[in-house]
Amino acid sequence: MMINDLILRVVTKWLSPIIILFALYVQFHGDYSPGGGFQAGVIFSTAILLYALTYGLDAALKVIPETALRVAASFGVLLYGGVGVVSMLLGGNFLNYSVLADTPLAGQHIGIIVIELGVGITVAAVMILLFFTFSRRVDPE
Amino acid sequence: MIEYILGHINYWFIIAVMMVGLYTLISRTNLIKKLAGLAIFQTAVILFYVSLGKVTGGTVPIVDEAYTLYSNPLPQVLMLTAIVVGVATTALGFALVIRIKEAYNTIEEDAIFTLDQKDHE
Amino acid sequence: MNEQLTILLVVVPLMIAPITALFKSHTISWILTAIVSLTSLILSFIILFDVIDGSHVIYELGGWRPPWGIEYKIDSLNAFIALIVSAIACLSTIFAWQSVPKEINENNYGLFYAALQLCLLGLLGIALTGDIFNLFVFLEISSLSSYALISMGRSRKALTAAFSYLILGTIGATFFLIGVGFLYAASGSLNIADIATRFSTFADMQLVMTGFIFILLGLGLKAAIFPMHSWLPNAYGHAPSVVSIFLSATATKVSIYVLIRVLFDLYPVAYWQALLLPQILLVLGCVGVIYGSFRAWQQVELKRLLAFSSVAQIGYIIIGISLLNNDGITASVMHLFNHALIKATLFMGAGIILYRTNTTKLSELRGFGGSMPWTFAAIVLAGLSLIGVPGTVGFVTKWYLLSGAIAQGKWIVVVAILAGSVLAIAYVWKIVEAMYFNSKRKMVIQNVKIGDINLAKAPFSLSLALWIGAAGCLYFGLYTELPYQSAQSIATALLSSEVAP
Repeated sequence: MMINDLILRVVTKWLSPIIILFALYVQFHGDYSPGGGFQAGVIFSTAILLYALTYGLDAALKVIPETALRVAASFGVLLYGGVGVVSMLLGGNFLNYSVLADTPLAGQHIGIIVIELGVGITVAAVMILLFFTFSRRVDPE
Repeated sequence: MIEYILGHINYWFIIAVMMVGLYTLISRTNLIKKLAGLAIFQTAVILFYVSLGKVTGGTVPIVDEAYTLYSNPLPQVLMLTAIVVGVATTALGFALVIRIKEAYNTIEEDAIFTLDQKDHE
Repeated sequence: MNEQLTILLVVVPLMIAPITALFKSHTISWILTAIVSLTSLILSFIILFDVIDGSHVIYELGGWRPPWGIEYKIDSLNAFIALIVSAIACLSTIFAWQSVPKEINENNYGLFYAALQLCLLGLLGIALTGDIFNLFVFLEISSLSSYALISMGRSRKALTAAFSYLILGTIGATFFLIGVGFLYAASGSLNIADIATRFSTFADMQLVMTGFIFILLGLGLKAAIFPMHSWLPNAYGHAPSVVSIFLSATATKVSIYVLIRVLFDLYPVAYWQALLLPQILLVLGCVGVIYGSFRAWQQVELKRLLAFSSVAQIGYIIIGISLLNNDGITASVMHLFNHALIKATLFMGAGIILYRTNTTKLSELRGFGGSMPWTFAAIVLAGLSLIGVPGTVGFVTKWYLLSGAIAQGKWIVVVAILAGSVLAIAYVWKIVEAMYFNSKRKMVIQNVKIGDINLAKAPFSLSLALWIGAAGCLYFGLYTELPYQSAQSIATALLSSEVAP
């Protein structure tokens, strides 16, 4: 009914940015506390899903077009592999983060953050893509 | 005997969840219920690994100055990977179910089987 | 520098597959796939010549030393399997140039080739790794991409086949994961070499035996060992031609390679000899051979016939493993290579028939062999290899298998192998008869548009791939030096690894 619809829309409008912020918090705290790429990606996609469920698929597609999602999914994997290739080019083995900076400790920090960023981008993009693809093929009743 | 069962009670619960998942997988004919059974089965395996890593008296494996004894973080990290694999499998299964529904107009396994038999002739 | 080449086998598909998924055009996706498979082939050759004298190449991922880090430990068996997978990938890519535009929806070209590259990535990763959880991850990567690939077949039965393969394959992988968990609980390590060296310290725990049984069941499901083979005929029968060629020649072989690793390198042979496992494997292998060949004889559709024949050939490999002498294991390892070649050639023949006539039902192919004599000759050659006629690759395997069985005095096995060969003659003759002899009804070509000129001759790239495969069957049957020497050294290394260093 009208009142329930209104509450949903207002709450979604206020909550979605907070969820995205929380996703970024979880992403960058992967070094120190539970978190990391996969969890952050799923939480990020939840924000977009909430928006899509409340406002409809077309509105959500205006927020993030589908081609951007496909490019983002590939980009995350390439970022992950790219870190590994860069460490091979700098002299270490594949995915050896210690060679990425002057001290091994700084190298480990940089390596982990960039890798988790890649994972987070890919997971968020794939989750949103899955939802969009499924909801387009199943007719709304 | 009782101490043995009560001491390992987490493993008994995990086995129970695993068997529930397997039974759902085998006995239900609806394809989505089969996928749900598969997901429950994989969740039980994940629980098993995580409960393997618990050290008696150990705390969560996050480095902090106040604690010296931590639980084993390795099974938890392995299970992150296994959870992602499970999510991917379930997503792929649901995509297949959607396409089967479009092609056969049903998602009951025996109805699909009869339709396939009729195709054969 | 040579060490870095080993990881390039995994890194190159990993970096190129996401790029391939973005393109919609067939040419670009095909060129990227060709680059990946050619690079893998060259790298596998380099690695094989590096390790064929018995040395190991050890690569530590991330610079972390084992047993804390993941290491890739490559000996001749790993390199051999990697070579088989890359070679079949190259053959499938040559075949795919003209087969894919005809069978796959045109919006999905990039995604199809990306899934093919990911499957190649997973199989190569399984072949190279020395860490058992890493093996599970790569196993799941290759399985998930093969479910997606199989579901792209033309008929709607491909969807149900992919679904049942998904359910059974995931159960198998989860059983494998449970077994690895038990082994980890007992040993505290995930590195295969580390578990093997310290095995005697925890060998008497009940956990280890239960873990072993779970791992065996999981791998048996993945490798389609009788009686866990029920997904294979449907999956390979309804998949697109390129997918049938690639998967039938590699996916089950790599699972059997993992089985060999677990049986010989992870657990000492004495451990499971006491469990009567060789006898059980022997019985399952023999029954698999006879059951597979018999069901193949009953089939009326070409691809399902070849899929059941695969079940029989896997039975031969299991018999070879369970014989536990040098000849038997040499025969098994060589059959991994030989069967990949034979099955790839036969499925390529089926693909050409499908391309030209849009059907693979044997009853509708009456006399078609007359209009494509060279393709027909290649199919007959591969069929003769399947039977085991001297001069072809199949004969080499059967010879060593028989000599291994006779050396152990197991006459039932000899009878089973010979019965399998007789049934193979029956179903290969079925194919030959369908294609050679005309019937009173004229052949009906299905679903052809008016003015279609495809029936003139078999397209060039398809015939090229087919004849490379058929020539391989003949060449490696007459000059068996390369596969035999590798298989011999592998078998000796596997059997002698009981003596823990």
